Amino acid sequence: MSEMTYLQATFEAMKEEMLRDASVFAMAEDINGCGGAMGAYTGLGAAIGDPSRVMDTPISEAGIVSSAVGAALAGMRPVIDLRFSNCLPCCMDEIVNQAAKSRYMFGGQGKVSMVIRCPDGIVKMQGAHHTDCLEAWFAHIPGLQVVVPSSPAEGKGLLKTAIRNNNPVMFFEHKLLFGVKGEVPEGDYTIPFGKADVARQGGDVTVVAYGIMVGRALEAAAQLASEGIDVEVIDLRTLSPWDKEAVLNSVKKTGRAVVAHEATRQCGFGAEISAAISEEAFDSLKSPVVRIGGPFVPIPVSPDLEDMCRTLPKDIVNAVRQCVGAR
Amino acid sequence: MFNRTQLLQYYETMHTIREFELEAIRLRESEEILGTLHTYIGEEVIATAACACLKKTDYIESTHRGHGHTIAKGADVKRMMAELFGKVTGSCKGKGGSMHIADFSVGMLGANGIVGGGYGLAVGAALASRFKGRDAVSVVFFGDGASNRGTFHEAANMAAAWKLPVIFVCENNGWACGTSHACGGQQAVQDIAKRAVGYDMESFIVNGNDFFAVYEAMRHLVDRARNGVGNRCGFLECKTFRIMGHTIGDSQQYRDAAVAKKRLEADDCIVNFEKRCIAEGWLEASDFSPVKGTVLEKIREAKKYAIESPYPDSSELYTDIYDA
Repeated sequence: MSEMTYLQATFEAMKEEMLRDASVFAMAEDINGCGGAMGAYTGLGAAIGDPSRVMDTPISEAGIVSSAVGAALAGMRPVIDLRFSNCLPCCMDEIVNQAAKSRYMFGGQGKVSMVIRCPDGIVKMQGAHHTDCLEAWFAHIPGLQVVVPSSPAEGKGLLKTAIRNNNPVMFFEHKLLFGVKGEVPEGDYTIPFGKADVARQGGDVTVVAYGIMVGRALEAAAQLASEGIDVEVIDLRTLSPWDKEAVLNSVKKTGRAVVAHEATRQCGFGAEISAAISEEAFDSLKSPVVRIGGPFVPIPVSPDLEDMCRTLPKDIVNAVRQCVGAR
Repeated sequence: MFNRTQLLQYYETMHTIREFELEAIRLRESEEILGTLHTYIGEEVIATAACACLKKTDYIESTHRGHGHTIAKGADVKRMMAELFGKVTGSCKGKGGSMHIADFSVGMLGANGIVGGGYGLAVGAALASRFKGRDAVSVVFFGDGASNRGTFHEAANMAAAWKLPVIFVCENNGWACGTSHACGGQQAVQDIAKRAVGYDMESFIVNGNDFFAVYEAMRHLVDRARNGVGNRCGFLECKTFRIMGHTIGDSQQYRDAAVAKKRLEADDCIVNFEKRCIAEGWLEASDFSPVKGTVLEKIREAKKYAIESPYPDSSELYTDIYDA
């Protein structure tokens, strides 16, 4: 174990996997100049001793994704980075029609081993074109896998798993995570997809979260503990596949559930979780599932308005109180 | 230039495409198969000549109108026919069908249901070849209409900037579905190849109904892509004509279908090939009919194989989505 930032942890994952397997390469806009939008690739070419595998691309999102698909079909393992999740709509055909469907449409010929890294989330005054959390779009598409790490350790373990995986992976990383520090296992540390982590055990309410929201849920849980409410926090880690069993088991124990994400609440992934709980753990519920997320608006720049779009620990605290009937 | 065996082989390929398409039309019209069917009739020599310049290990990306490219690259017509039926013995186990046909075993990385979806895939395959130190060339076929997608420009720029062995083969058949190239609303240039200049690519415009013209230009571009230095990508525009409607069932309200079909009598690329071979003294008129007989038998066998093959088991619905 050593303490490092999320940025350092994911850099380590990239470095280790590129050294382990010569078919892994990284490609993105401005990947060498500024090290990508988050600076996460600075020095990577030198670190692996092969700058040719860290490729600068033109500003061509559709071209980046489709060439990654083509390279994967021809046996490579590209890791691409779209700078900001809001670049995703520029390359939806390439992700949804080409990356996700090629293997199935062609009857199992070819593998689309690729990782699409997408920094996302609200930081400060970046506005509607640099902040959306779009994970639910991709969890709706068979053929894709959706991964949302919550910590430096998860960043490393999940990224390494994503790179070794033989299928396209959407890898959503909240921009605020990159500077977060945490203990990270050294060496060959991987985390399986579809296996949630119980980030905090508790008996009164289950809070289901993923990504940046896990830390916020733990913060809320600490506050609620002082009020005598014992919160269990489930960190999903991956949304497609997602660990329904872990959620249902927890809800069957606590009888109450709060589902929280930063993405717009309407049709967010929380709707899927909430529906699954209602369908499969209805008899265990002591109160309705409470679902919180962003308001149904494009993210505004003006600070006070922007703050209204965040899903923060205080929102989780309020949601839990509502769930247990406390005021 | 060509030996007899080669010429007869090319003839068999182009004729196989023609007969495969004619059989597919009959099957579609009798509703033995359903769905969309975009036939390549009248354009057969382009795929035949282009793929004659390629190795099995080279890659091609295709279009909606992909049967010809697939056959020319060397795919098994029995499995292709079964694919049209959605049978489990098909090249894609019946999951792709006509518009998403592929045969990776011969480097055919897929037809594409999205117009202009193949360019970047070809660039990526070429990139993989470079990383792996292979000498494979990537070819992407596309139509004049598809050249208006932004994906063309992104991929062309990337291929050129990265000096990748990618050849863009534009089959300019004059029609984007029911909108004619000549109507003026599609693009300002009549010659699509003019666009190659902006990407510093070597380009040629040839008569797409002339096998030998396509072959000569393609041979040059493939050799350069495989062995050249500097910018190795190239662009080939083949001027041709779409004899049939965009797809089967297209009433062609936008043009006189009978007149369009008549063009095949006046300028049939396969007949052009026969005539040239005879005029040059390379082949005799009597050389062609045995090949035609072989092809008809091959197509009959393919149809029989497809009809007798089973549909996929219901368990196949959930296979091939993810590789373990």
